[in-house]
Amino acid sequence: MTTTAPDLVLDYDDAVARFDPALGLEVHVELNTASKMFCGCSTVFGAEPNTQVCPTCLGLPGSLPVVNAKAVESAIRIGLALNCSIAGWCRFARKNYFYPDQPKNYQISQYDEPIAYDGWAEVEVPDDEGVLRTYRIEIERAHMEEDTGKSLHVGGATGRIHGADHSLLDYNRSGVPLIEIVTRPIEGAGKYAPAVARAYVAMLRDLLRSLGVSDVRMEQGSLRCDANVSLRPTPESPLGTRTETKNVNSLRSVERAIRFEIGRQAAVLTDGRRVKQETRHWQEGPGTTSSGRSKEQAEEYRYFPDPDLVPVAPSREWVEELRASLPEAPVKRLRRLSSAWGFSEAELRDVVASGAVDLVAATVDAGTTPQAARKWWLGELTRRANADGVELEQLPVGPAEVAQLQGLVDAGTLNDKLAREVLEGVLAGEGSPSEVVEKRGLAVVSDDGALGAAVDEAIAANPGVADKIRAGKVQAAGALIGAVMKSMGGKADAGRVRELVLERLT
Amino acid sequence: MSDDLTRATAADLAGRIASGDVSSVEVTQAHLDRMTAVEPAVHAFLHVDGERALAAAAEVDRARAAGETLGPLAGVPVALKDVLTYAGAPTTAGSKVLQGWVPPYDATVTRRMLDAGLVILGKTNLDEFAMGSSTENSAYGPTHNPWDLDRIPGGSGGGSAAALAAFEAPLAIGTDTGGSIRQPASVTGTVGIKPTYGGTSRYGLVALASSLDQPGPCARTVLDAALLHAVIGGHDPLDSTSADAPVPDVVGAARSGDVRGMKIGIVRELGGEGYAPGVEQRFREAVDVLSGLGAEIVEVSCPSFTYALPAYYLILPSEASSNLAKFDGMRFGLRAGDDGSHDAEEVMGLTREAGFGAEVKRRIILGTYALSSGYYDAYYGQAQKVRTLVTRDFEAAFAQVDVLVSPSTPTTAFRLGEKVDDPLAMYLNDLCTIPSNLAGNASASFPVGLAPEDGLPVGLQVMAPPLADDRLYRVGSALERALEERWGGPLLAQAPELVLRPELVEGGPQ
Repeated sequence: MTTTAPDLVLDYDDAVARFDPALGLEVHVELNTASKMFCGCSTVFGAEPNTQVCPTCLGLPGSLPVVNAKAVESAIRIGLALNCSIAGWCRFARKNYFYPDQPKNYQISQYDEPIAYDGWAEVEVPDDEGVLRTYRIEIERAHMEEDTGKSLHVGGATGRIHGADHSLLDYNRSGVPLIEIVTRPIEGAGKYAPAVARAYVAMLRDLLRSLGVSDVRMEQGSLRCDANVSLRPTPESPLGTRTETKNVNSLRSVERAIRFEIGRQAAVLTDGRRVKQETRHWQEGPGTTSSGRSKEQAEEYRYFPDPDLVPVAPSREWVEELRASLPEAPVKRLRRLSSAWGFSEAELRDVVASGAVDLVAATVDAGTTPQAARKWWLGELTRRANADGVELEQLPVGPAEVAQLQGLVDAGTLNDKLAREVLEGVLAGEGSPSEVVEKRGLAVVSDDGALGAAVDEAIAANPGVADKIRAGKVQAAGALIGAVMKSMGGKADAGRVRELVLERLT
Repeated sequence: MSDDLTRATAADLAGRIASGDVSSVEVTQAHLDRMTAVEPAVHAFLHVDGERALAAAAEVDRARAAGETLGPLAGVPVALKDVLTYAGAPTTAGSKVLQGWVPPYDATVTRRMLDAGLVILGKTNLDEFAMGSSTENSAYGPTHNPWDLDRIPGGSGGGSAAALAAFEAPLAIGTDTGGSIRQPASVTGTVGIKPTYGGTSRYGLVALASSLDQPGPCARTVLDAALLHAVIGGHDPLDSTSADAPVPDVVGAARSGDVRGMKIGIVRELGGEGYAPGVEQRFREAVDVLSGLGAEIVEVSCPSFTYALPAYYLILPSEASSNLAKFDGMRFGLRAGDDGSHDAEEVMGLTREAGFGAEVKRRIILGTYALSSGYYDAYYGQAQKVRTLVTRDFEAAFAQVDVLVSPSTPTTAFRLGEKVDDPLAMYLNDLCTIPSNLAGNASASFPVGLAPEDGLPVGLQVMAPPLADDRLYRVGSALERALEERWGGPLLAQAPELVLRPELVEGGPQ
C-alpha cells in the first residue's frame, strides 16, 4: 500500500470565508422488503454467508430477474413523500462494469428513466443565533437498483484488497433492493452546508422510517450517503470540480466528512492547485478523506435497457392510492406536535435531536403531560441508553410504562427519587411500575401516624433547629424534613412532613 | 426392431408406449444404441447419460403399469441443446469457459419436459454460446450433417437437428436467436419452430441476446413438433418477458392441415438474387402446392427487411457483450491464471482469453463498442429504430395476409470449413430468419424437398403474427401431407445411409 503525505486542510472558518461550497448528495437506501429486488431470496441482515442466494442473485447462467412489486411500491411511496413526479412508464437498465462481488458483472439499475423525478424536501438548520433557517433541497431523481455482494479480504493487515492473500465473497446482499435518491446541487448554504447535509440525511432517515420502507440503520449500511463537494470563489461563479466521498454511514460522519472536504479543497485551491475529480474514502478515526479511484475520465458503464425485464408501468390509480395512504410527513407532524405540546424551539430541537419524537408522542398519548414525557425520555432514559450504548427504542421500557410511572408521581404515590428507583426496577425487568412499587415497597408514606412519630423523633434529635423554627425561621424546616426523609428511607411524603413539622412547632 | 423404433415418429412412440406395445426403456435403449453406432461420425451430442435416461424411462414404464395417467409424450426420448440447464448434467453452451459446470437447477423448458415424462437423452452440440450458423464454432468440435458428413448441419442448433436427421432422437429442443432452430432444420430436412417471443420460457437458457432468444421444438414431423410445443410452451412467472397468454392450439392445427381460404404472402425482399436455384425452385413448388390446397397467394413487400441483418448484428453483440460478462472465472466454470501471481482483474482477463473462442470474442468486442457512450446512438440506438420498422413491416403485412413465406435459407448446407474464415458470408445464412427474431413473431421451417443440383434438403419458412403460432402448424401440416404423398414417404427416408468413415470414427466425440 502506498503512503501519501497527509492532506493540508484550511481552517474551516477561513475556508468558508474564501469559498462557497456546493453539495450533491446521493443516498442509497436498502428497502426492507421480505425478498430481494429480482428474486425470492430473503433479505434478512447478518445471516451466514451465502445462505440467502439462488441462481438469479448469484447471476448463474440462464437465470432471469423478475421485478419485486413490493419494491416498486416502496419506490413510488418514497418518490411521493419527496414530492416527486412518478413515471407512468419506465425501464431498468444494465450498468455494465466488472467487479468480483457483482455476480452478473452488470448491475440492474435505472439510468435515464427513473421511477421518480423532480421532487423537493425542506430541512431546518439553526443558525449561529439559534434561529431555525429553512433550506429547500431539490431532488433530481429517486431510482431503483439492486445491491451487490460483499468482498472480505483475508490475510492482510488492513482488511483491504492490497496485501490480502485471498478474498471471500458473500452474496447474501446481492440483489437486495436499493433506492438511490439524488439531489440537484445544494447551493446557498454557505458555512452551514455540512449541517444542512446532516439535516437532510436525518430528514430522509425519519421520512423513510415513517414510511416503513427501510430499517434505515446507517451502521448496518441500510442507509448510506455519498457526498459530492465542490468549492467556488463566489456563489455567482460556475460550480467547481467536485469530489465524491463514498459510503459515509453516520449523520455525524456526513457532517464531518463534508467539513473536512471543504477544508481540504480550500487548501488545494488556496495553494493554486486544481482539485482532482475523484472518489474519496471517509476515514472515521482521523476524520479525514483519502483519495480513491480517479474519475477524471467519464466512466464507461455502457448503459442499455435490460432486455430481461419488461417495463414498469404503474397505473395512475395505483399511484394516487399510494399518495392517499402516505403517513403525515415527519416535518409537518413535528410542527403540529410542537404547537400542541407548547415546547420552546430549543426544547423541540432537543427532542428531535434525540430521536425521541415518536416516544414522547406515544407517552403523551398515554395520558402524560408533554413536559413530563420530554423530561423522562431526554433525561433519565437518554442517560441510560447512552450508558448501555443502545437506541432509546431498544430500552426495555416503553411509552405506556413511562406514562404509568408519571401517573404514580402525579398521584403522589411516588416522589422523584422513588420514581427513579422504580424505573430502575422496570429496566431490570421486574415488571410494570406499579408492580415494582409493590415488590420493592417503594410507595411514599403519607400516613400521619407513621410520619408523626418520625417528625417527633427528628424534633427531639435536633433541638437547635426546632428552636429556630419556633422563633419564626420557617425556612429551617428543610433540615427536619431531610432528617425525616433519611430516617424513612426517602419514602416520606415531603409535603405532609412539612405540614406536620410546622403544626408542631408554630 | 431397434431401427423401427428410431425411425418412428414421437406421436407413434408415445401411442405405443401408452398402449404397452413397447416400453419406454426399449425405446430409450434403441436410441442409445443408434447413438453408439452413428455418434462417432455425426457428433450431435456433447453429453449423454444413458443410465439417467434409462432410469427416467423405467419410471414412466412403472407409472404406466400402475395405471397412472401419462402425458401425450410420456416416455418419448428428447435431446436438449446444451445451452439449456438440466440439473445435474453438464451445461457448456459449446464453450470452454463453461467446461465442467453442472447447473444446480432446471430450465423451465427442461422442467416441463421432465414433468411431462419425456426422457432426456443428453445435451446436443452447438456453436459456442449459440453464435454461428454452422456448429463449427463449438469448442468441442463440429457436428456433421447426416445427409453428407462433409457438410454443416446448420447452426447454432446443428447438434439438435443432426440428432433428429441421424435418428438418434425423435424430438429435440433448440433455441433460436436469429434462426438457430430454423436454419439447421432447413439444411437437415427436419421441422423447426421458433415460437412467438415469450411463448416459451427463457429461464435456464444461457442467454445470448435476451430480446431475441427463444427456445422451441425440433422434430421430424409437424405433429411431433406441435406435441412438444404444447409441453414446453406457456407462461412462466420466472421469466418476466414470458407471454401471459394461453398456448395457441398448435396440436389441433397440426392435425387439421387445412389451408383453404388462408392468405399467404410471399415476401418480395426475401427472394431473388443470391438464392441457390434449387432453393428457389423448391420454394416455388411448395407455394404452388399451398395454392393447390386452396390458399390464396399474394406478394407483399417488407422494405425494412433489407436493414434487418445489419441491425441484428448490432443488437445481438450488444446484448451478448453484457450477457457474457458473467463468465469471468469467479464463480463457475473455467478459471485461468489462479496461481497467486495475478489479481482478480487479471484472472478475469486470462479466463476470458482462454475460455472464449474467436467468434465470441469478435461479437463481445463489437457489442462493447456499439454500446459505448458516443457510439450508442449511432449504432445500438439506430439498430433499435430499424427493429421498430421491421416490426411495422410485419404488422402491415399481417394486416393483408395470414402468414408470410420465404425460403428458410438462401442455400443448402455448405461444406464444413467453407466459410469459417469469412464471418460476413456466414452471417448471410440467417438473412431470411432474422426479421422474425427482431419482431418477436412466430416462425418455422418445414422441409420442401431436395435441391436438384446437390440433392440436399431445402426448407420453407412460414412466419405468423405474435401468438398465432397455430397458423405455422396449419401450413406445415398441409405441406407435409401433400409433399409426403408426392415423395412416397418422409423426406428423411431419402437421406443416404450414414457411411461411417474410419477417420471420422477415430476423431469422434469427446
